[in-house]
Amino acid sequence: MSDKRDITLTVNNRSYSIRVEPRRTLVDAIREDCGQTGTHIGCEHGVCGACTVLVDGAPVRACLMFAVQAANKEIRTVEGLGSVDNLNPLQRAFMEHHALQCGFCTPGFLMLVTGVLEREPDIGDDELIDVLASNLCRCTGYQNIIKAVRAVAHDMRQARSNASA
Amino acid sequence: MTIAQPHAGWVGRSIRRVEDPTLIAGAGRFTADLPATYRVRFVRSERAAGRISKIHVPDGATAITATDLAGVKPIRPMLHKFDYVPIGQPILARDHVRFVGEPIAAVVAPSDAEAEDIAEAIEVAMEDQAAVIDARTALAAEAPRVHAEVAGNLIVKGAVETPGFADARARADSIVRLELRSRRQNAMPLEPRGGHAAFDAGSGRVTLTCSTQMPHLTRTAITDLLGMPESDLRVVAPDVGGGFGQKMSLATEYVLLVWLARKLRSSVAWHEDRRENLIAAFHSRDQFIEIEGAFDSNGKLLALAADVIANVGAYSCFPTTCAVEPLMAMAELPGPYDVRAYRCAARGVLTNTCPMAPYRGVSRPVITFALERLMDRAALEFGLEPSEIRRRNLIETFPYVSATGLTFDEASYRQTLEMAVAALDLPAFRARQQQARARGRYLGIGFSAFSERTGYGTPAFAARGMEIIPGFETIDLSMGPSGLVEARIGASPHGQGLRTTLAQIIADEIGVPPDRIRVIHGDTDRTPYGFGTFASRSAVIAGGASLLAARKVRSKLIKIASLLLEAAPDDIVLDGGAAKVAGTDRSIAIEALARAAYHQVHRFKGEIEPGIAASATYDPAGTFANACHVAIVEVDPETGQVRIENFIAAEDAGRLINPMIVDGQIQGGIAQGIGNALLEEIVYDQTGNILTTTLADFLPPTAHEIPPIELHHLETVSDASVTRAKGVGEGGAIGAPAAVINAINDALAPFGAEINEIPATPRRIRAAIHAARKPAEQRA
Repeated sequence: MSDKRDITLTVNNRSYSIRVEPRRTLVDAIREDCGQTGTHIGCEHGVCGACTVLVDGAPVRACLMFAVQAANKEIRTVEGLGSVDNLNPLQRAFMEHHALQCGFCTPGFLMLVTGVLEREPDIGDDELIDVLASNLCRCTGYQNIIKAVRAVAHDMRQARSNASA
Repeated sequence: MTIAQPHAGWVGRSIRRVEDPTLIAGAGRFTADLPATYRVRFVRSERAAGRISKIHVPDGATAITATDLAGVKPIRPMLHKFDYVPIGQPILARDHVRFVGEPIAAVVAPSDAEAEDIAEAIEVAMEDQAAVIDARTALAAEAPRVHAEVAGNLIVKGAVETPGFADARARADSIVRLELRSRRQNAMPLEPRGGHAAFDAGSGRVTLTCSTQMPHLTRTAITDLLGMPESDLRVVAPDVGGGFGQKMSLATEYVLLVWLARKLRSSVAWHEDRRENLIAAFHSRDQFIEIEGAFDSNGKLLALAADVIANVGAYSCFPTTCAVEPLMAMAELPGPYDVRAYRCAARGVLTNTCPMAPYRGVSRPVITFALERLMDRAALEFGLEPSEIRRRNLIETFPYVSATGLTFDEASYRQTLEMAVAALDLPAFRARQQQARARGRYLGIGFSAFSERTGYGTPAFAARGMEIIPGFETIDLSMGPSGLVEARIGASPHGQGLRTTLAQIIADEIGVPPDRIRVIHGDTDRTPYGFGTFASRSAVIAGGASLLAARKVRSKLIKIASLLLEAAPDDIVLDGGAAKVAGTDRSIAIEALARAAYHQVHRFKGEIEPGIAASATYDPAGTFANACHVAIVEVDPETGQVRIENFIAAEDAGRLINPMIVDGQIQGGIAQGIGNALLEEIVYDQTGNILTTTLADFLPPTAHEIPPIELHHLETVSDASVTRAKGVGEGGAIGAPAAVINAINDALAPFGAEINEIPATPRRIRAAIHAARKPAEQRA
């Protein structure tokens, strides 16, 4: 298994030239080769969604994708959303609505929601629950996550209709 | 009952959590985020019982086995009561394996992938032995012994019978009996366990960073087992991705990591994968309960009897011992009801399964399920509403000393029941239920009234006869020359928002805002000895210690202000970051007091000690929080699917320090309880092989399964807690399963079907309907 490949991963607009085995998962490469540890590993079999990142804008389970498959694609992780001192509106909504407790699942939820709202800004409330049911949270009971995401979706729609008015 | 009055200050306000920005930005620091020179992979037993004859390690590979660990002691938790038989758990299996998942060897390699390759190449030759998986089978005389020294696999046995029990029972008009089964569950924190041990050549010390709820006791335990000075080990609990009890018990894996770091003089890390977590990271709630209630003609409970069998798995967890489930069941089974006659037998039984350890609520989700099913069954027999039979039996006068000698402090059992009944409009529901039935739809309502014993200190643990008596918490509180406050605590929060909560308590005492107070936890080098965060204790005990220490700091600040402002101490008010002389415009900033305490001590003329620091310890007897949960469900009799339409919790945790955080704890607990009630189950086959090894088999609830939860609060003021706050971490998980199962049974009433098993899966619900139909068909 020493057949390593040289690839370039672009994470949050920054390029990382790394050498990985073909079997290395994207999440391991992001965390260990690129040093971006905000993306978490919860199950490594594609159920919990803690490792969700955006690859070319689409939410992806980074534990189910090989790093070599993501070469030369745009990868976005939680570190690209906002910083501790400058959280983005979705992150602020998670704080306002107490949508996290231990915070381990939070980066995965943030990336899932970011990807979905960018593609489907008019997504309905029920469809939003379908989307949020793709990831697991063990602390909150989900309702505060749903509230936070609905609030952000609402604000985004409001901002768009104000802009077009 | 006195209800807390709102007061001006930080306590009682839903301020945002100080923990959040870091976690939301992905800047949290979890155990797996640390780089390590070596990674560790465990070779685990694939057999439930066997004798290891040979372990073949490929040439050139590094694999540690039991023979390498000759000087390392086994984990041997101790209990001095209840016929407990001490047993040892080796760090790596020595000769025998006793459950699927037990660590046999530890492979060390530069990366996880290489370690996994080597682990797969290791061959363990094993002679199969007979395994026993089911607790009742394990009690049979001919059952194989899991540990040779434990006859009948009976590791602990408690029994209680109040004087006059038989007479009370004989006076009953009606005896109601039930048999219930709680299947095995896993707390399943989203972050699996993991540890990172780093040797420092300069000091000779090891720092173990691990996902634990109990850093100080982890340190004591590991240094005891390895025979090393306690000061040579530092244990750090960084950000911890949920625990729910699973991370309070000592992991054998952490002991090995410290041993390895010392041997290799390097850093080693192990990150549990989800399969390991599901098969080997402690299970819980695997119980059989037989319960019997003797009622008078009015539905008043005269005598209560129960037999509890808890499957505790193959070893005994440290520090609580595996007696924690059966003994808590025995002590607390009468719950919130006034019953003077009580008899209970509770047994802990060894089997060839993953060890049991505390999980949110410990036994109480199961005993509440048993007792609340009993109440509903009795209500049916007496033709009473479930709410009415509870009304006739709930404790109403305080303090109330229970049949098992527990003192119930001021609470609101009856009031929370009435609050829930009012919130849901019971008559309207019954009408809607009738109409729905006429249309072939089956709605049900389920109540669950319960007490949640919280914030208990050493007396409660001592009563169990534990060798290690946790209970107190200490805080070291200091204000530096810049006026910033540091609170060092032995408690070890992992998602509860305790840093925010404690800062609110301290802020009100010393007159600085919470953002000037930093709470430091989870590091044995930087915090006073404490027991950690578990058992709904931190807000009460660490909160109480915080209040007591803050009062000392407050009086020191007042003393300094009084001297510097030349005013009587009684006239000094601390507020808004300043010390003020009441009724005047004279004031001094708290920063100036702090600066003087360190840099201008000469002004004190020897009357005041330099510096501003105080410590306090709190060790309360405990306080009972309480709640009434109500679930409204719809059951599809064809598919057995359950949809929760509405869930109401009327709850009383005393004074709410941060209502937003309290609500979050309750909602999250209820979500786990719903998962426990409907979905989550660890399944073994008859040979002890585990079938639920992924999150597609063990099913935690998603956003689909959890309904909006309607919360109502009462705030009973109890003297049992100095902050007047009661614990709230476990209540949601304790009450929810009973409410859901009672609601399912109410929905199934037209079929004459009954289900007394959790989780109530669609298959079990269909089977219950089928079983009820059968005799009717036979009669026809």
